[in-house]
Amino acid sequence: MAAGSSPVSVSLPGPAMSAFGDVIAWLTDPENWQGRAGIPARTWEHLVLSGVSLALVCALALPLALWLGHIGKGGALAVNVTNIGRAVPVFAVLILLAIGPLGLGVRATIVALILFGLPPVLTNAYVGMREVDRDTVEAARGMGMTGWQMLRRVELPLAVPLILTGVRLAAVQIVATATLGAFVLGGGLGRFINSGFARQDQAELVGGAVLVATLALLVEGSFELLQRRLDPVRRAGRLSQRRV
Amino acid sequence: MRPLSTGCLVRNDWICGEYVRSRRSELQDALTQHITLTVLAVLIGLALAIPLAIAARRLRLSQVLLGAATIVYTVPSVALFSLLIPFTSISATTVLIGLVLYSLTVLVRNVLAGLDAVPDDVREAARGMGMGPMRLMLRVELPLAVPTIMAGVRIATVSTVALTTVGGIIGFGGLGNLIFGGLNSEFRSQVLTASVLCVALALVADVALLGVQRVITPWQRGAVR
Repeated sequence: MAAGSSPVSVSLPGPAMSAFGDVIAWLTDPENWQGRAGIPARTWEHLVLSGVSLALVCALALPLALWLGHIGKGGALAVNVTNIGRAVPVFAVLILLAIGPLGLGVRATIVALILFGLPPVLTNAYVGMREVDRDTVEAARGMGMTGWQMLRRVELPLAVPLILTGVRLAAVQIVATATLGAFVLGGGLGRFINSGFARQDQAELVGGAVLVATLALLVEGSFELLQRRLDPVRRAGRLSQRRV
Repeated sequence: MRPLSTGCLVRNDWICGEYVRSRRSELQDALTQHITLTVLAVLIGLALAIPLAIAARRLRLSQVLLGAATIVYTVPSVALFSLLIPFTSISATTVLIGLVLYSLTVLVRNVLAGLDAVPDDVREAARGMGMGPMRLMLRVELPLAVPTIMAGVRIATVSTVALTTVGGIIGFGGLGNLIFGGLNSEFRSQVLTASVLCVALALVADVALLGVQRVITPWQRGAVR
């Protein structure tokens, strides 16, 4: 590999400062904001890849985790996927998929995005369902609610905070994995980092990293806000406060 | 990197004993670099996390510290490494600083949680026995927080083993060097062997740390999951 053989810059504080100017110049160069490989196009690619994967993750993991949580089975599975997901390197799986049957490109990236998005959603949704106060569930049963009603009207609303935490963690994981996906030609903002390494262009490398970091923080921030808006218990609390 | 000998290397099989035999020293070097980076990252992370968490509690800045940890944790690893390159160039230091920052985000959280969980009664009793703040921290609060801190050390270690592979992009990622190096040449046995070794290393480290935890917290035996 060319990477590692020759340094992109020397390690003095001076060049770091001039690098800062170069990065600003790269980020504000109108040419980098145009075309199919421009910053807006790559950002859109990154968001679409991540959004589609997150939607698929939720569609797969949420029904399974909610059902397992409701019947109280499969806890070991739901908790262990997170431990396994932590021990398996995303980068290795991505490259294995890319040199395997899926080939370089978007397909390998999406499969890796889904694989590593599943664990946080599964685990948090399951734990959220199980942590609902058992007395509350018993009271609902005593009121004559059916299993479906208990799931829908008692357990699910009380589990929402942890479910949303799982979705937020998955979103952050997916945005990060999508960045690595650029190294197997999966598209997205990671392409600038990849090309910065390949062409030894430090401005592009660091500029790309700034864009990736900003996007990841914006995603984390928006999910945090969404979580505050959507929590039914907190919303009910707000309403009752307003009434007082 | 092109395999010259006949057999599974030429066929580019996923599993290839000949690869392991002929590249033994390369694999050992990569494994050594991987372990060195991980151990240093977790140890430096722990050495920073404990005083940081204690200081943050004392100054009532725990929420600020947790917020900062979330921000660092959110930045994807490739981006973090790239952002460090203007300061530390392409070097093992760049990867190490990145890994330390990530392990810090996990460790700080667990040190804070461990200290927060110490019951106030216990603190009062220790003060009643005439302990000053320093002795209280060293003899009572930190020991009681050890199980939670060790849980953090295990999570940080397992995550760091996995994350170190990303350092392969800049040439200092231990087994990640072999994984990334096998991408362009589609060297299957190299990528698979290095990946499997990486997962095995994470599992071995986790079990070893569980053993350490049992030894240093004898009162917890039977309670540890």
